[in-house]
Amino acid sequence: MSSAALDASATGAPPRTTSAEEVRRGERERRARDNRIGWAFVAPFVIVFVMFLIWPLVHGFYLSFTGESITGAGGELIGLDNYVEAVNDPIMWRSLLNTLWFTVLSTVPLVVVALILALLVHQGLPGQWLWRLSFFMPFLLASTVAAQFWIWMYNPQLGLVNYLLGAVGVEPIAWLQDPQWAMLAVVVMTLWWTVGFNFLLYLTALQNIPEQQYEASALDGAGRWRQLRSITVPQLGPTTVLIVILQILASLKVFDQIYIMTQGGPGGVTRPVVQYVFETGFTGYRFGYASSIAYIFFAIIVIISVGQMRLTTRRGA
Amino acid sequence: MTTAVQSTQPEPGSVGARPSRGRFADKAGLRIGERFASPGRIGAIVALVVLAVFWLLPFLWAVATSFKSETSAAATPVSWLPPDGFTTDAYANVLREGNIPLWTWNSLVTATAITLITLAVTALAAYAFSRLDFTGRRWLFWGIIASIIIPPQVLIVPLFYEMLTLNLVDTYWAIILPQVVHPAMVFILKKFFDQVPVELEDAARIDGAGRLRVFWSIVLPLSRPILAAVAIFVFIGAWNNFLWPFIATSDASLMTMPVGLQTVKSAYGLQYAQVMASAVLAALPLVVVFLFFQRQIIKGFATTGFGGQ
Repeated sequence: MSSAALDASATGAPPRTTSAEEVRRGERERRARDNRIGWAFVAPFVIVFVMFLIWPLVHGFYLSFTGESITGAGGELIGLDNYVEAVNDPIMWRSLLNTLWFTVLSTVPLVVVALILALLVHQGLPGQWLWRLSFFMPFLLASTVAAQFWIWMYNPQLGLVNYLLGAVGVEPIAWLQDPQWAMLAVVVMTLWWTVGFNFLLYLTALQNIPEQQYEASALDGAGRWRQLRSITVPQLGPTTVLIVILQILASLKVFDQIYIMTQGGPGGVTRPVVQYVFETGFTGYRFGYASSIAYIFFAIIVIISVGQMRLTTRRGA
Repeated sequence: MTTAVQSTQPEPGSVGARPSRGRFADKAGLRIGERFASPGRIGAIVALVVLAVFWLLPFLWAVATSFKSETSAAATPVSWLPPDGFTTDAYANVLREGNIPLWTWNSLVTATAITLITLAVTALAAYAFSRLDFTGRRWLFWGIIASIIIPPQVLIVPLFYEMLTLNLVDTYWAIILPQVVHPAMVFILKKFFDQVPVELEDAARIDGAGRLRVFWSIVLPLSRPILAAVAIFVFIGAWNNFLWPFIATSDASLMTMPVGLQTVKSAYGLQYAQVMASAVLAALPLVVVFLFFQRQIIKGFATTGFGGQ
């Protein structure tokens, strides 16, 4: 028996239907309204989300099982042929390994240098804006701008890099044309270009460490070095984990600067997997095969992301 | 459920209030009981200055080259100061013969459209996820969060195919539409809306204002900082995007700045001063905006940086 009915009989009033029934109906109406308005509010996003993210994702998966080309020829299903071809394609493997190698080479300096820069700037010297400008602004440059700067920096005869190294007696190096040096050159350029982002995240984390902790430890006689080890670095732990995760995922997606500076060369030693997808799709016009390589790449990204998530949640627990 | 009031939390990027220890000590970043000139500290200052110089060198070198004549730009041995003096010839040539104003305009149009559409669709969706209990809300939200993992690079082939089908290749829309989907921004905005006290809206709703009206005239004005952060993040990303506009347009009159600049190298061949002048001009708009809005931009990236993670 509902409480509304009890109330009605207790006061002796004639049983009214405002009670449970109407409350329920009101509730139903409110929910129906929330439902309508809710879906109306999310509809625009859902439309673009489905059209330009989910649909291409699904369609790309389908394409990877076809021999589709730009002309529309060969659109029939060919089973796993593309994947079989990819697994036996030395260029696919090479570009995948290049991407992983770039990720390994770039992630460490992009995290460590970012931390060093943030610690140095966080000392609070005068001219904060100038330090931030120096380290963060390259990140705001388009890849083509940053790459043009560095093509010029790396110019074997006229570039500043060889000029500066020449001053300490190093023979000129053809940074972007020498298979031995090209990947390292790309990593150094990437460090210059994108470290500002991680630097900024570290700087923000540093500013959120309560100043009182430093003051308390200073009163206990701890010096700067001791404070760095016992307060700053431990407090930056969670930030570091996030930066490493984001950096690995960002490095795996490398394409722009390599494509612009070396076109993947010399001899394919810098060609990342995204460039191979691009070339297969838009130079060779093999949409089906390009999609299968894209999906192999995507699978690797998913595996790495899930692995990272597992690791971090275990740490957190 | 949606009324966790935490508006007193400091914003990321803001400096916590420090007790003042006199102007000079504050400026020099000294802590209590510190002398200015400990050896470690001097070492740290020197390291900072050296690193900053290294980080500025590529800019300075590009600018210096862009003000040289082609002859002295290509002269060995390399020198900062050209023997025949600095000149603005390279800029004059690039502006007279090149398409830089057109590319800038295309970048401005597409990046602005992308930013406005993204803000509109993500803010509406985020508000619904934060406030309205509609059927399928949970699985839709988690679906959107899960999609953050999808690298846009994976989609280039099917997206281009889709643009062919929709007959949009070589239009602004081909550049714009695929760039308005930012699932991470839905997450960031929802988290912010969750912290806006629902009581603020209740009063207006009792007065008979509809959801859209409440959203527009109460929630959005309260959300200006986060909307600005999202806008900055999306705009700069769109302004600088290379891969997708490069694929979506082959028409020279639709090229955005990053795509156009890529064609400069082959067009000018070995005209180093002109290539550098083009790169400097391409960088200029964002550099100027950054100089004026440094604080807002840095705060914006600090807020959106982790993608809401």
